[in-house]
Amino acid sequence: MARGRILLNRQVRDVTLQADGNLLLDNGNPLLESPQWLAPVTGTVYGAALNHRSLVESLAGAFEDAPYKAAPQAPVLFIKTSNTQIGHGAPIPFPAGVDRIQAGGALGIVIGKTARKVSAEQALAYVAAYTVVNEVSQPEDSFYRPAVKAKCRDGFCPIGPWLIDARRVDPNTLVVETYVNGTLRETNRCADLVRSVPQLIADISGFMTLEPGDLLIAGTPLRSVDLQAGDTVTVAIDGIGRLENPVIAEEAAR
Amino acid sequence: MKHARIRYQGQTHNVMVNEDHSVTVNGQRLSADDVTWLPPAQGTVFALGLNYADHAAELAFKAPTEPLVFLKSPSTLTGHQQVSVRPDNVTYMHYECELVVIIGKTARHVSREHAMDYVAGYSVCNDYAVRDFLENYYRPNLRVKNRDTLTPIGPWWVDKADVADPANLTLRTWVNGKLTQQGNTRDMVFDIPFLIEYLSSFMTLSPGDMIATGTPEGLADVVPGDEVVVEVEGVGRLVNRIVSETEYENLRGR
Repeated sequence: MARGRILLNRQVRDVTLQADGNLLLDNGNPLLESPQWLAPVTGTVYGAALNHRSLVESLAGAFEDAPYKAAPQAPVLFIKTSNTQIGHGAPIPFPAGVDRIQAGGALGIVIGKTARKVSAEQALAYVAAYTVVNEVSQPEDSFYRPAVKAKCRDGFCPIGPWLIDARRVDPNTLVVETYVNGTLRETNRCADLVRSVPQLIADISGFMTLEPGDLLIAGTPLRSVDLQAGDTVTVAIDGIGRLENPVIAEEAAR
Repeated sequence: MKHARIRYQGQTHNVMVNEDHSVTVNGQRLSADDVTWLPPAQGTVFALGLNYADHAAELAFKAPTEPLVFLKSPSTLTGHQQVSVRPDNVTYMHYECELVVIIGKTARHVSREHAMDYVAGYSVCNDYAVRDFLENYYRPNLRVKNRDTLTPIGPWWVDKADVADPANLTLRTWVNGKLTQQGNTRDMVFDIPFLIEYLSSFMTLSPGDMIATGTPEGLADVVPGDEVVVEVEGVGRLVNRIVSETEYENLRGR
């Protein structure tokens, strides 16, 4: 089943996607107008950095040098703050005074029950749903300091359009495709994650608690997709959803 | 005026705090010991690293030329008179007494001249760190700074109008009654107006967001059984107790 959140007459409403493709409102009525999607998450959005083989392999030589001095041991996490989270169709502002921004197509993992110190074997039982994430960022030339300025700009985390129930989904087989203006630009296989979805949940929940509604971004690959104002960027995961957002100059977004 | 969030008989209440630190809930006056103190706000939590020159020197760093900002999630926050967990088998966990700025209205592209208009008030936090887990990726990473129970905040927040000069407040930490850390907010590398200008230059700040402004020198290891008190002059005095991981698991398991 697919569940989403929309804004209707200035109110946040839950919707479900029916088999016929129509949307049903939380009061059982069909949605007649085209939806204004919101990010379908209520908790904290965490990203796992350096969790895709393409990215880690590109940095392998640097890990032994200053400032890193050793390869990462624990999951390297970042937070996408609430100002970054937008729904399907909402514009991604291209900030004034910034040279480059890049798409970050990735799988989103939605936690369904409080997870602390769970084993990898048990971890998937704590997942309620999956969704599509575009973890937009400025290019990172270093991973030494937290990337708040690069990653926490307004609208830098489209999520959605909806959540797909985790049952019957094998996250390890999913393929994330990123398109710009309809052209396929990047393919990212979840089989290439350094820590698989269950291993990631196990390792994170070993040192902090994941709450229902929290979302984990499984890992973006080595970034290759630059975005420009005027582009439309689409991240698609077969069986999960197709997340599409226009990129517009910041001035126009205000 | 002091504002707090408390839990009493299973319900959460937003309350005013009286002169004697009692609170009034549904017309009933409750002593400070009768309620559970919760974190006083619920927005995004920003924290500053190396924002006092003396502390940066203590850690053998030059003071940064741009704020070293990192983020925390709600899972690490706890309230006044709660416990903080020292993980088993670590060698160095230290407190950090900090002044917290509470944002009062939506802030975007705010200049330092107008920055204080966006402040609602102030609180106190103890930004514990477990240095054993430092790695050189997004340093300080979430495993050091975002562990469950390791960010006590409160007991309340005070109105901006009640603090004459936030740039001249004494910060003090006592461990088991012994003064171990002392500094003054005048020694911040990046002051409050600068931090608001800086953050709002690239992202939107919202009411309830919190900025933990960094800590001066005077760090020391804390161990299970220690009572740690952090105080910011004219804002509040935040008390908590260190427990071992084993003791904490037993407490939770009851």
